[in-house]
Amino acid sequence: METNITVDTKGMACPMPIVKAKKALDGLQSGQIMEVLSTDKGSVNDFQAWVKQTKHELIKHEEENGVYKFYVRKI
Amino acid sequence: MVETMAETKDKTTIVLFSGDLDKAIAAFIIANGAAAYDHEVTIFFTFWGLNTLRKDELVKTNKGILEKAFGWMMPRGAKRLGLSKMNFAGMGPKMIKHVMKKHNALTLPQLIELAQEQGVKLVACTMTMDLLGLQQEELIDGLEYAGVAAYLGDASNGKVNLFI
Repeated sequence: METNITVDTKGMACPMPIVKAKKALDGLQSGQIMEVLSTDKGSVNDFQAWVKQTKHELIKHEEENGVYKFYVRKI
Repeated sequence: MVETMAETKDKTTIVLFSGDLDKAIAAFIIANGAAAYDHEVTIFFTFWGLNTLRKDELVKTNKGILEKAFGWMMPRGAKRLGLSKMNFAGMGPKMIKHVMKKHNALTLPQLIELAQEQGVKLVACTMTMDLLGLQQEELIDGLEYAGVAAYLGDASNGKVNLFI
């Protein structure tokens, strides 16, 4: 998937993944896609809730060797 | 009017009454999370919670003996707070800080800095500042000073209101 920015929060604890993601998303334009990498086990629920509430779109998320990847399209 | 209403952000308000390290950390994690949720966030510090905002260093002030005694007995700043459970005369905070570092969790001073960076409004309750004998010069920069009405003004429109 083509992404406009990758936010690497591997190793960071709550609430940093969301804080970093928000900062990065603020810098994007509508329609652009952000990829977030995280190793925080709570991040799957966190990102689903956060994207829903902030009204952006979670295109997909996947897990690979303990690293969670989220793809968020800015609305 | 309708347009400005639609653009108004959701609000989160937190009253930090406690001066315990663990509770202050919880309050600031929620505040930073709420800011990332694009909420307008206010933390209102009252009673022992005010100690979180004290500067590390000793600030010379002109105070009465009782106020001075309060100043000496209360922890001076976020680095010196004790735990609500398992404080063990100061060993508890050392242990939790060690564990937090291991897990890459932000320290309380870092969480406070991040909150200020994210535009979280930190409000010191002036009435309890008077009671505890704390003066503005003893508290960190970037605070607002207000009372219960200002807090309620924010909280009435708040989606999330917490008392910690």
